[in-house]
Amino acid sequence: MQDSARHWPAEGMVRVPYWVYSDRDLYAQEQTRIFQGPTWNFLCLDAELPTPNSYRRSSLGEMPVVVTRDKAGKVHAFENRCAHRGSLLCINDSGEAKNIVCVYHNWTYDLEGNLFGVAFRNGIGGKGGMADDVKPELHGPRKLRVEILGGLVFGTLSAETPPLEQFLGTEIVKHIKRVMRGPVKVLGGYNQMLPNNWKLYMENTKDSYHASLLHTFFTTFRLNRLSQRGGLVVNHSGGAHISYSLTADVAGKEYEQAGMRSAQEGFTLEAPEQLFKSVDEFGDGIGLQILAVFPNFVLQQIRNSLAVRRLVPKGQEQSELVWTVFGFESDDAEMIDMRLRQANLIGPAGFISMEDGAAGGWVQRAVNTAPDILSVVEMGGRGIESSESRVNEAAVRGIWTEYRRYMDL
Amino acid sequence: MQEKNRSVDGELQARVQDLQARYAQCIDDALLDQWPDFFTEDGRYLLTTADNVARGLPLGMMYATSQRMLRDRIAALREVNVYEAQRYRHIISMPVVARDGDVVRAQTNFFVARIMHTGETMLFATGCYRDSISVANDGSLRFAEKIVILDSRQIDTLVAIPL
Repeated sequence: MQDSARHWPAEGMVRVPYWVYSDRDLYAQEQTRIFQGPTWNFLCLDAELPTPNSYRRSSLGEMPVVVTRDKAGKVHAFENRCAHRGSLLCINDSGEAKNIVCVYHNWTYDLEGNLFGVAFRNGIGGKGGMADDVKPELHGPRKLRVEILGGLVFGTLSAETPPLEQFLGTEIVKHIKRVMRGPVKVLGGYNQMLPNNWKLYMENTKDSYHASLLHTFFTTFRLNRLSQRGGLVVNHSGGAHISYSLTADVAGKEYEQAGMRSAQEGFTLEAPEQLFKSVDEFGDGIGLQILAVFPNFVLQQIRNSLAVRRLVPKGQEQSELVWTVFGFESDDAEMIDMRLRQANLIGPAGFISMEDGAAGGWVQRAVNTAPDILSVVEMGGRGIESSESRVNEAAVRGIWTEYRRYMDL
Repeated sequence: MQEKNRSVDGELQARVQDLQARYAQCIDDALLDQWPDFFTEDGRYLLTTADNVARGLPLGMMYATSQRMLRDRIAALREVNVYEAQRYRHIISMPVVARDGDVVRAQTNFFVARIMHTGETMLFATGCYRDSISVANDGSLRFAEKIVILDSRQIDTLVAIPL
């Protein structure tokens, strides 16, 4: 990318130029400046490393990462790349191991990512091998800093990233702890391939305005309406936000009066109790909380449906969303049953979430041929302030504020 | 299910095969209102992945425990959810059938292509149906349980239509 080629529009964060979703050079820069830069990326749940001497694969953007729990229980993360010829060290998704051994030439690493064994380093029978002054350790996998908050494992490659809680801000930390209230029990997962640039999904999660308009199911069953009490909290940097609403029903007719497609008054379910049965497990009346942290993390609570979603860029027009759905170790059978039923709301087949799998692609297909045209992001004003209203795009403006800072645009 | 454990006559084998073929045809012909009728009143339907099954994890993408819930799925698909027009084409294998008391168990493999309204066609899913089939007094067969196990945990875009 030539420096002169791309300039952010003068209007600032209320306009987004469509070239951000299709520029190849920009995509390569995002890998180094954002994912490998001074950001915290969600890696996995603490519960997904269930025992000492276990590992699993994750990523920082497209960069492959191994996350490990050592013998003493401490979690580490490092690049999944051998110091020798650059092969993946771990080819299995997860497992148990005392060491990480590169399959290609058997070079061996401890669970912190330190190279300690080179096969036949001194040759065999005095022949072959490597001279004493060769230091392959200097080419070892890059190590991440790791922090764990409420059972969520985050990593960053940069020494400049502020401590995690400072990066997130107190409100975001509070709302993470609100959901992550005890030892986690993983219920399952799946990966959803999204036909769009990763930023379109990030924007979608930040967009509290679309939820009740696109997702008819939300509105029809009054699970989430913009007329319900709730709020939008954007952190100091703009990169993290919470959108929440209270379960308490309101009998408002705003959607019906406006003739919204999403308000289908005549539509009812035959077996709503088999789908929606839920409890106020957090005891605060909040029925829906979407918490998203730029660049790759979403924590979702829809009633008792809890999930983390990890966003992985896969080229400028594709991304992968890794869903892990969970409850708590303390759940009884009835609670688990409720969570599994409510899981119908989310994921690629979710009554609510299925549209989000396609929405980014609708934008991608339309804007690929309009790189120099601008989208309009002015709902709820022009800033990134928190608000009681979710008819608001402050959190979308927030990530563009962050994006421009990292990308120097 | 080894050969020696099977005590299934040719007629039952043929009827299970017919059931599977009609089930796939119902979906492929977009006669989704008829889809719940393939299940017993309290029939279970679970769409999950081989990975979840291997790890003993109960989560599904679609999960229903009654015909009513299956009808709700179709009603939402017809009236509520937003997705681009698409259809499926199933290719199913010969079912492996075994009797287990009153229940008939069957495992049938599938390939499903997804055809979008744009003409774009892709291999959307491979996997197997792990079914428990109940035989009614009149001899008709219905699914008491259908577990759809996708070989891959990776789903393209969305699953609107059931598999």
